[in-house]
Amino acid sequence: MLSRTAENLFWMARHIERAENTARILDVAHRSSLLPLDIEGTEAYLWYAPLNITGCAAAYEEKFGLARADAVTHYMALEPENPSSIHSCLRLARENARSVRGAITSEMWEVINSTWLEINRLSRTMSDERYPDFFEWVKERSHLFRGVTVGTILKDIALSFIRLGTFLERADNTARILDVKYHILLPSVADVGGAADYYQWGSLLKSVSAFEAYKKIYRDVISPLRVAELFILRDDMPRSLHACMNEVETALTHINGMSGREARRLAGEIHADLHFGRIENVFARGLHEYLTEFLESTDLLGREIRDAYLSRRDYLPAAAMRQVA
Amino acid sequence: MNIQKSPGFYNEMHDTKGVVREIYQSYAAWLDALPEGKLERKSAEAELLFRRLGITFAVYGQADGGERLIPFDIVPRIFGADEWRRLEQGLKQRVRALNAFMNDIYHDQEIIKAGIISAHQVLDNAMYRPEMRGVNLPNQVYAQIAGIDLVRVAQNDFYVLEDNLRTPSGVSYMLENRKTMMRLFPELFAMYAVEPVEHYPQMLLDTLRESAPYYIDDPVIVVLTPGAYNSAYFEHAFLASQMGVELVEGQDLFVDQNRVYMHTTEGPQQVHVIYRRVDDDFLDPLAFRPDSMLGVPGLFEAYRSGNVALANGVGTGVADDKSTYLFVPDMIHFYLGEKPILSNVPTWRLSEADDLEYVLEHLSELVVKEVQGSGGYGMLVGPTSTKEEIEAYRQRILSGPEQFIAQPTLALSACPTLVESGVAPRHVDLRPFVLSGKDIRLVPGGLTRVALKEGSLVVNSSQGGGTKDTWVLEE
Repeated sequence: MLSRTAENLFWMARHIERAENTARILDVAHRSSLLPLDIEGTEAYLWYAPLNITGCAAAYEEKFGLARADAVTHYMALEPENPSSIHSCLRLARENARSVRGAITSEMWEVINSTWLEINRLSRTMSDERYPDFFEWVKERSHLFRGVTVGTILKDIALSFIRLGTFLERADNTARILDVKYHILLPSVADVGGAADYYQWGSLLKSVSAFEAYKKIYRDVISPLRVAELFILRDDMPRSLHACMNEVETALTHINGMSGREARRLAGEIHADLHFGRIENVFARGLHEYLTEFLESTDLLGREIRDAYLSRRDYLPAAAMRQVA
Repeated sequence: MNIQKSPGFYNEMHDTKGVVREIYQSYAAWLDALPEGKLERKSAEAELLFRRLGITFAVYGQADGGERLIPFDIVPRIFGADEWRRLEQGLKQRVRALNAFMNDIYHDQEIIKAGIISAHQVLDNAMYRPEMRGVNLPNQVYAQIAGIDLVRVAQNDFYVLEDNLRTPSGVSYMLENRKTMMRLFPELFAMYAVEPVEHYPQMLLDTLRESAPYYIDDPVIVVLTPGAYNSAYFEHAFLASQMGVELVEGQDLFVDQNRVYMHTTEGPQQVHVIYRRVDDDFLDPLAFRPDSMLGVPGLFEAYRSGNVALANGVGTGVADDKSTYLFVPDMIHFYLGEKPILSNVPTWRLSEADDLEYVLEHLSELVVKEVQGSGGYGMLVGPTSTKEEIEAYRQRILSGPEQFIAQPTLALSACPTLVESGVAPRHVDLRPFVLSGKDIRLVPGGLTRVALKEGSLVVNSSQGGGTKDTWVLEE
């Protein structure tokens, strides 16, 4: 496959997944803001979380100052100037898809294209009560895209690059959500078992669609340790780090070729760590430190993948060099 | 439904007495029985389909640079089997002669020696590529893909308006138009036995395979596009995917030891045939325009050494130039020893003093075009222009008469078309796509372009033209 095609497929999938995750993060922030939380300056405190998770706090502050519910939501959902807003992600997903129309099925293209056309039909601003429906819509479009992809595309290397993009992005997001939210919620751990606590931790679980899974697996009150375990180590939870790295590793083994040995090794190492890890050890090392290290490793993995498969290595042919000289 | 009739020019559907022609009779009856508003609803549905599929093109020079739809008209244009057979023969004949001409002028130049066309006309033409002299191409074919624009002025009177031998576009619309019609009106295809056109990509792939360097059994073929912002990008992507080959940009290719490779996830892979949709000038910054970012350094040398084939070949522009056009009937006599089946439009060359004088006196009746123009840009349609426009154009002509040709304003045939006021006649042309490999072939049909403005004779999509599905009926 053309390196550029692989690159476009990879980023198409990453941007769709990122749009979905941003919708999830904002959705949870919205729900949380409706719940009591016993902290000073609640609004700003709560609304920094989405900005921190997606790494756009600095850019936001420069433009709008203090984090406010409506401004943050708009900035992250619809602002075209924000390169990581849902709007921008859907645009970039479409641009990437448009460059590789031959490599994706027409059904996939139709989903991506009509999603982009629909978000463009929305007004530039949206009233507060319409946002939950909007987030739901973004999630649905992403689900639809994944379903259509699996249901229509040939199981070849194109699919491997799409899955690589999807699951690297998802792993990244799950790690960030857990890192940021966990530390907001920890102060209330003293209040374990209280109603507020239950709803707050519940909303964190819901942000990765893991609320029902938690109930099913643990049949117990929500404990921070178990939430972390579910997010990180359970390979049966589809948005956990372990599950994502399962997919990343599988996708990499399906990509043939001489290059990419280091990417495969690194993916194997990250995966093994999750596969054999114990949550007690994670906490012994420190959750934040653990997640930071995980994000660094996946970032490195992303760069290895780029170097091995996606970039056109600068290649100045002999003929050109002669002419230039 | 009430269909408006058309006075003064050939109407594809009705004869001069207003009686529906035989091949349109079933269609007219069907149209007549349609409930009020049904056609409009279907038309809106078609537009939605095209938009969802992203069948768009970019209009250059528009401030927003946005993607637009080429309006699709849902009334088909129908050809009978006999009509088509004659056109097909004429088209093959013409393209055969054009390829023979190009092979000749880049080799022995017999046609110049015979005094049929002047050395000046060929060798001093800006589109003539001296670098191509003596280069032998597979099958001696220069234009594997030719788009010949035809207009009809009477029942059996077709004129060739121009030969497009560089990178003719529009074939994706021919295919999508058919797909859309079949989706919207399956009942019409039960009524009419319409020749299929859907195998065009396969035919194109066969043609490209046959164009490969002779020693390659299983050539690697790619489509080369200037990129996603090109006006015809949709078509490039469409054809690549329909043929199952890679769609590449210049940055995906590189040349080493006169061989062309593409960057793949598994390392470099050699490429043997490039269906390029990039103009000669931008193909190779080392050989042509050094500022080209779209091309591949070293590609032209690889091409000249025969290690890679280009479709179309380099240097075809000299043959589809509007001043060379004049000589195509002579080429048919000279190379094939045949009588031309399709006629040329009578043309005045403004480089000739007599012609110039006549044309300047009759500007308000004529169509004047730039010799190397295309896309309907920069032409004058005398009868529909204002006095000021004509005067402004006169000044342009006087500053370089050899850059222009003039033709009489043809009474282009009109085909019923759905417009605001209902179904009314609008002027149409036809662009069939002729493929030349070891053999010469074309699918029965082409792209019918329609001037949607009442009375307008300019069918180009960049000038507000639309397209129609074109049916050739089985015998």
